[in-house]
Amino acid sequence: MDDHWTARLSEYLDDELAPGERPEAEAHLAACAACRETLDELRRVVARAHALADAGPDADLWPGVAARLAPAPTRASVWHRRVTFTLPQAMAAGLALVLLSAASVWFARVERRPPVAAPAAVPAAPAVSRANFADESYDRAVSDLERALTDGRDRLDPQTYGVIERNLKTIDRAITEARQALEADPGNVYLNNHLASARKKKLMLLRSATALAHSEG
Amino acid sequence: MVTGGGPALRTVSTGDRDDAARAARGDVRAFERLYRAHLPKIHGLVCRMTGGVDADDLTQDVFVRAWTKLASFRGDAAFGTWLHRLAVNVVVERFRTTAARRRRLEQVEPFPADLSVPAGRPETRLDFEAALLRLPPGAREVFVLHDVEGYKHGEIGELLQVSVGTSKAQLHRARMILRRHLDARRHTQG
Repeated sequence: MDDHWTARLSEYLDDELAPGERPEAEAHLAACAACRETLDELRRVVARAHALADAGPDADLWPGVAARLAPAPTRASVWHRRVTFTLPQAMAAGLALVLLSAASVWFARVERRPPVAAPAAVPAAPAVSRANFADESYDRAVSDLERALTDGRDRLDPQTYGVIERNLKTIDRAITEARQALEADPGNVYLNNHLASARKKKLMLLRSATALAHSEG
Repeated sequence: MVTGGGPALRTVSTGDRDDAARAARGDVRAFERLYRAHLPKIHGLVCRMTGGVDADDLTQDVFVRAWTKLASFRGDAAFGTWLHRLAVNVVVERFRTTAARRRRLEQVEPFPADLSVPAGRPETRLDFEAALLRLPPGAREVFVLHDVEGYKHGEIGELLQVSVGTSKAQLHRARMILRRHLDARRHTQG
């Protein structure tokens, strides 16, 4: 038996030798009974491989698959455009929101500061209604949606859920900062609008995320 | 770009294509039909590629991935071919990094001590299957893709990110190990 040709019997079998090598291999096989026998055995191995049947798993895997199919593809593509970001995009979006929030609070405070040179010329702040921090229907809706989102968490892609969670935290920080600023300046129109906007964003994000988690195509 | 798949998967099924189009629009029942039609083949592929480790979990991962990627199935190939390729990618991604896989495929591992079934018992299809699962991982992956699923060495090299020469060497190695299994059976029975 020639080790060189033994190592290349599979290439011979698969017709993958270079054109000039094949006659050489055949000449060797004609003279080497051991290589002919090995070649026959390799043929039997390949025949066995081709004849393998696929029986499938012992248990039905569909329930486990179905439970993870929450976002239908078409809707998912829309959702991904809106909610799912790459990590750098998510971080940039979160940072931008935090900076915007901080800048808004700072701007609102500066805007309310009386000019040093002419305090008497500052117009009185317009009468505004403070945001209702104890809005029970809002709090109840948010609480219900948060619970529904937690219940449906397993149906969401982990990366998508991670982005949702981070964005909710960012919005919560914006709400907390606006509330703290309003403690010192309750009549500030900008701060009140900013708070209302952040709360609305949170509600909308929760509604979208919950609908996604519980959608069944 | 690897376009191949097992020979058995190259036929185009109109039913599959219709169900894939429906599933891409969110029809879970259509997707379940695709799942049931292709489950045995995909599970077999995953099981053999992985040596049976986490095969059920990985099979589920394949179908979940397919659901999220249905929009990218354009119907110019058989759905089975597309799904098969996706399954190979899921398996390859799951277990190891590219570098680790290449190292493992290129390293020379000792042959398994004995792949034969006990003496006196006739060999069954399951014995050959069991011997296949006990092959060294690198040899097993190439053998499954080439001899069971019908991929060419160029395609396997691209999928597993190894050279064609490495793929050929691993295939021959796997066949030689399995040949010893068949040889042992013959001598036991003879």
